[in-house]
Amino acid sequence: MRHIISILMENEAGALSRVAGLFSARGYNIESLCVAPTQDDTLSRLTLVTRGDDQIIEQILKQLNKLIEVVKVQDIEDAPHIERELMLIKLQAAGADRDEVMRLCEIFRGNIIDVTETSYTAQLVGPGEKLDAFIEALGRIPVIEVVRSGALGISRGPRGMTV
Amino acid sequence: MNLSGAEILVRCLQEEGVEHVFGYPGGAVLHIYDALFQQDQVKHVLVRHEQGAVHAADGYARATGRTGVVLVTSGPGATNAVTGIATAYMDSIPLVVLTGQVPTSLIGNDAFQEVDNVGITRPCVKHNFLVKDVNDIAETIKKAFYIASTGRPGPVLVDIPKDVTDPKVKVPFVYPDQIRMRSYNPTVKGHPGQIRRAVEMMLAAKRPMIYSGGGVILGRAAEPLTRLTRQLGFPITNTLMGLGGYPASDRQFVGMLGMHGTYEANMAMHHCDVLIAIGARFDDRVTGNLAKFCPTAKIVHIDVDPASISKNVKVDVPIVGEVDTVLQEMIRLLEHEGGQPDGEALKAWWAQIEEWRGMNCLRYRMSDEVIKPQYVVEKLWEITGGDAYVTSDVGQHQMWAAQYYRFDKPNRWINSGGLGTMGFGLPAALGVKTAFPEAEVVCITGEGSIQMNIQELSTALQYYLPVKVVSLNNRYLGMVRQWQEFFYSGRYAMSYMEALPDFVKLAEAYGHVGMRIEKPGDVEGALREAFALKDRLVFMDFQTDPTENVYPMVPAGAGLNEMILV
Repeated sequence: MRHIISILMENEAGALSRVAGLFSARGYNIESLCVAPTQDDTLSRLTLVTRGDDQIIEQILKQLNKLIEVVKVQDIEDAPHIERELMLIKLQAAGADRDEVMRLCEIFRGNIIDVTETSYTAQLVGPGEKLDAFIEALGRIPVIEVVRSGALGISRGPRGMTV
Repeated sequence: MNLSGAEILVRCLQEEGVEHVFGYPGGAVLHIYDALFQQDQVKHVLVRHEQGAVHAADGYARATGRTGVVLVTSGPGATNAVTGIATAYMDSIPLVVLTGQVPTSLIGNDAFQEVDNVGITRPCVKHNFLVKDVNDIAETIKKAFYIASTGRPGPVLVDIPKDVTDPKVKVPFVYPDQIRMRSYNPTVKGHPGQIRRAVEMMLAAKRPMIYSGGGVILGRAAEPLTRLTRQLGFPITNTLMGLGGYPASDRQFVGMLGMHGTYEANMAMHHCDVLIAIGARFDDRVTGNLAKFCPTAKIVHIDVDPASISKNVKVDVPIVGEVDTVLQEMIRLLEHEGGQPDGEALKAWWAQIEEWRGMNCLRYRMSDEVIKPQYVVEKLWEITGGDAYVTSDVGQHQMWAAQYYRFDKPNRWINSGGLGTMGFGLPAALGVKTAFPEAEVVCITGEGSIQMNIQELSTALQYYLPVKVVSLNNRYLGMVRQWQEFFYSGRYAMSYMEALPDFVKLAEAYGHVGMRIEKPGDVEGALREAFALKDRLVFMDFQTDPTENVYPMVPAGAGLNEMILV
């Protein structure tokens, strides 16, 4: 099963490598990993997507909690939540393709953020499947480059993940 | 008063009540050594190899229950220490390892004797720190000791660049009284509801079994464990790491369990209906094939580390908490509510266990010609009154020591269980002797293991640490040879050691007493003679039967009820 795990950890050098090292040392997989500071500048929030059966996910959560710099761990699949991912995608677009790219962007609620005579760069936000669907829909339009942030997640409702 | 980083570091050790540091100087730690030299509260033991320093501090910690301290230099000093750190990590031993680092301005420049200590040790420490500012030393050291010794203990490394200990840079020194970390709060008390459920399950058991491990030793819980076990009248087994947690000479003790456990312990595990696991982690050497492990048992598991619970074996009643506290609470519940175990069922269960015990699985054939290694350990137990601190290396001799030296007290059996580090025994023994100069300290080893850290014989002379070395010399890497005999059709690939040194002369060259014992009839006399030499390190080179194997044995992939007996 796919799980999105949110981690609040001390904003200190080396904390990220402890998380990454734990996953490689124990043979857990990481599908994506995203880390940035929070509104509290002593804390970083790390979101990672992993796969495993219940026992493995339970071990992952426990092992993460054991890391000294980890303050809080949550499997956000446990409650209603929202998942988003950002994609920047550079496409070859000349002639009739230019209109087609524009149309697709509109359908997928994306924006064109850079333009040249032969290319468009689009920005799209959504759950991972939506971004996959966009790439699929491009069909024969050549993709030059794809940059994806990995999934971010947040719980629904007024309560937040705090220390 | 303003102090330099080096002085602060030494003051921190004094504040922590550290009496001994095991280490080896080098460029990056010269300031620290200079500060150590100018005081006499913290004593330094100079080893001959940094691995020895960590094992010595580790032995010291295992015997005393206090945090062991190591000081080594950057680069090779730190990398040599890594095996020792990993050894302590696998067995959850509290250590603070101070490593030198190149000056902060040179970090990342491939400077002389530079290596990324924090990176290299990350997977084998409980935590590590790089101190980049002299003002952070005191708090970091306080945290290091706190983290190392609380919760599930473990080694903590503090990497200190040379400029941070510069004698010319002086700052105010305040040692924090206590430390609070929002991200680290080990659970102490077990959940009362879970404890109650566990006790109910224990009292309802028809075929109960207590399985206790190293957590009982580390958690200083031998006393409540013994009390609870006696109160309930249940059979108890100890893991390799848990030996001494319950008196081995007591009738309720059914011996060690696992790969080389007793027939009765393993059979009782296999057939029990309620298993009470206490400070143990269901290691693969204990469980055998997981699919066949305790097929009929409901399992209670008490451990301070939540990650140890349901890691390998799914348990029915998990209790996260300090073993000591939880056991005390169980005893209190039993006393207050007057619950009694099922006496009739227990009687039948014991009758079954006694039948298994009747197999006498640890018997071995004596010989008039060649020394049996088991016999040496049995005699050693007799002659030391079962009261010595026994360290061991890794291999057959380790298993024989565990099987035949009956430990009645905790902290007396000191071996590398998790990592299985050959070369552990001698330096660990020196660490124990440093802590307890008056106690009898024995290192049981083999001719393979002892050569991995034999240089520490020199340390033993310098610091007057007269331990006794009992080497069971069978000319083979015995455990390797045993597996090759059983599972590789007797193809003894590279497990025979030719050109062994003359250990008697070697011991003498290091300034000690050496003895070579070749006949079974001489074993007892030699041991008595050696132990009579109170103030000398005696190296006893027992020439033992090269074909002897460790029995019983649960082969890899088998269940605990599928043992190979003699």
